[in-house]
Amino acid sequence: MIPAVNDKVLENARAALPASVVEFIDKVNQGERPSSHLIAVLHKVQEELGFLPRESMDAVAQLMQVPTAKVTGVASFYHHFSFVPKGKYIISVCTGTACYVKGAEEVIDKFKEELGINLGETTADGLFTLEDTRCLGACALAPVVKVGDDIHASMTADKVPGIIERYMNLAD
Amino acid sequence: MSQILNAYQSLRDAAEGSKERVDFDQVICIQVGSATCENAAGANDVAEEFRKHIAATKRDDIVIKRVGCTGRCSCEPIVSIRMPGKDMVTYQKVNGDSAHKIFVEHVLEGKIVDELQMQCPTCQSVPMDNRLSDAQQHLQGQEVTDKFLSLYGNLPVYAKQARIALRNAGVTTPLDLNEYIRNLGFSSLAKVLENDSPAWVIAEMNASKLKGRGGAGFPIGKKWGFALTNEEKIRYMVCNADEGDPGAFMDRSMLESDPFSVIEGMIIAGFTIGAQQGYVYIRAEYPLAIERLEKAIAICRENNLLGKNILGSEYSFDIELRLGAGAFVCGEETALIHSIEGERGQPRVKPPFPAVSGLWGKPTIINNVETLANVPAVIAMGGAEFAKVGTELSGGTKVFALAGKITNTGLIEVPMGTTLREIIEEIGGGVPNGKKLKAVQTGGPAGGFIPADALDTVVDYNTLAAAGSIMGSGGMIVLDEDDCMVDVAKFYLTFSQDESCGKCTPCREGTKRMLEILERMTAGKGTMEDIDNLERLAKLVQKASLCGLGKAAPNPILSSLKHFREEFVAHVQDKTCAAKKCKALLRYEIDSDKCIGCTACAKKCPVACIKGERKEPHVIDQDTCIKCGQCFSVCRFGAVKKV
Repeated sequence: MIPAVNDKVLENARAALPASVVEFIDKVNQGERPSSHLIAVLHKVQEELGFLPRESMDAVAQLMQVPTAKVTGVASFYHHFSFVPKGKYIISVCTGTACYVKGAEEVIDKFKEELGINLGETTADGLFTLEDTRCLGACALAPVVKVGDDIHASMTADKVPGIIERYMNLAD
Repeated sequence: MSQILNAYQSLRDAAEGSKERVDFDQVICIQVGSATCENAAGANDVAEEFRKHIAATKRDDIVIKRVGCTGRCSCEPIVSIRMPGKDMVTYQKVNGDSAHKIFVEHVLEGKIVDELQMQCPTCQSVPMDNRLSDAQQHLQGQEVTDKFLSLYGNLPVYAKQARIALRNAGVTTPLDLNEYIRNLGFSSLAKVLENDSPAWVIAEMNASKLKGRGGAGFPIGKKWGFALTNEEKIRYMVCNADEGDPGAFMDRSMLESDPFSVIEGMIIAGFTIGAQQGYVYIRAEYPLAIERLEKAIAICRENNLLGKNILGSEYSFDIELRLGAGAFVCGEETALIHSIEGERGQPRVKPPFPAVSGLWGKPTIINNVETLANVPAVIAMGGAEFAKVGTELSGGTKVFALAGKITNTGLIEVPMGTTLREIIEEIGGGVPNGKKLKAVQTGGPAGGFIPADALDTVVDYNTLAAAGSIMGSGGMIVLDEDDCMVDVAKFYLTFSQDESCGKCTPCREGTKRMLEILERMTAGKGTMEDIDNLERLAKLVQKASLCGLGKAAPNPILSSLKHFREEFVAHVQDKTCAAKKCKALLRYEIDSDKCIGCTACAKKCPVACIKGERKEPHVIDQDTCIKCGQCFSVCRFGAVKKV
């Protein structure tokens, strides 16, 4: 049972989060051990907003009645969560073992060169974020690159410009 | 008949008479894969192409069936054609054009398109001549496992394999409950509920010699038995689907191809240990597996296979999904428990073990996906029959994700006791491009290397450990002469260091210091003292760390030092990298005899350090060169050399 808190605070917290997230928190609050769903709630916030803005974590803390320190503590522990906005297309170059031995590093270097950004950065036009990622589990097709939800198999440095161009055209 | 058997029988009857059932005696069936690998290779487009073709012919006796993964990833997209009364024919690397040809010639006219058939030359090297291995003969006699062999048994690549955990992958449509039931699905659950004796299930598990497939290899019957000794009545069953090892994808493939097997295994496990609630902890990086599992759980609830009074029995059990968020350490049992509880995924000291005090302080049993997929097969076959496949110590098979420098990359399942040579040379087709095999890496960042001269090591928990590696969860990466062992050891340590949760000092500080030493070595700044320090530190971290991550992080270093010490010495003493991988230890030079002066390298060089007249040999200015290797890749005459 959630103890009574200041209505105004709760109202502000609700307003700071997307409706679907508020709905999800309301649902888990009805069930057993609501705070165990914290990671799932953070997933939903990031799905909606693309990253975890500070205010959103404050709001989650209020609505789930857990300390903000715990929310940020959990969020900062897991690689998946980001505190800064990301580009429209997230380019994740897999750096699992199979991809590594088959030349993922060269693919990363080419993306860096073509986009003019380093790992973890976003292009000035907000279109691309370049990341390396833990194994995507498509090792047999190594090296693989994930752009948005698409997986590109058997990547080489030569294929990089074409892939960037494809998504630039999609974005137009 | 009892209520439980009645309930099962009515599911079975419904499945047999299902309207969606494909009658293979009447219709032509076009099978196209639907797991992540297949889709990435273009299977969705191929399926759409066939759909258009079928629509154009207006024939209702041709159907498309989207099956799971057959494990032949390097041949994807794979299409299999099943014609009434004929053996299935399998085509590889199908695209829009070849789909058209297959449809017109094979489907419509019944002429097999020979040149598109799946028959990579390396697969042919496996002796087939219609002889099945002992394991296969045994599995062919078992109703629960014979389907795969009867469909795919004619393909040489499966000759040395034995499919138990993957018995339905590539055979059934992943979310078709009726088809799963027609393949004996949930009959094991019905049998367990009908017998109503956890002790009987544990006895079967013990007889099967099934060991945990997550890596540690703990006997399943024994593990489940621990929960029963506890007086606490609230207990939890957890499926560990946090497949974090880089280079391993068998759990993803199983969940995508045959989610019901894992669910059935989980319910049986839950019943045996007396759990009312189950959790699947799955990585967020596997969206398709999550989607299929969610749907499969919903389907089971609708059919009284999950929820209250399963199949009309006294037993109630439900499953909830919990998503990871990218933390390798969460594969460790106590860290995983913290993560399900919504906390930072940090491990704690054991004991108490989770079987005594786990999730929310209650007895908790954690099994990996592959283990659970085997459970229904153990019950269906009987533990003793199951144990006939495998070795004296371990029953059944092991699934491996075969990747790296190997011709047939993919997912394979072999009986315990198969040699690495059989896996690499016969199933995997050897190392491509005429290169020499250097080592096989098993067990990911927690594992080690098995050198080429130890290829006759057989697959089992004890034998791989004796060879200086571990079984691990099933990643198997093949390394060839172009791979530098110091560099690969550094790769694994970079991973472990980044994933160290920071709770205990030996792992947090030790992995960092070891990584610094390896970075010095690959940069040409290492000393002989560094090698000794590295070894000493590795042993210390192994002994003093809190959890499995830290304890195992030094394994790749210790095993590469054991088998390839001379490479470390070469890096620090001679400042050379025989594999030509470590940039700081190599130079690019142009062979003046081979260079024809095409200027391709000079044009490509980002720092303009290649000089020379057109049609004259070029020279690289070593002082300016940044060793990016672009000249090496662009030269078509083999004139640019790494020295």
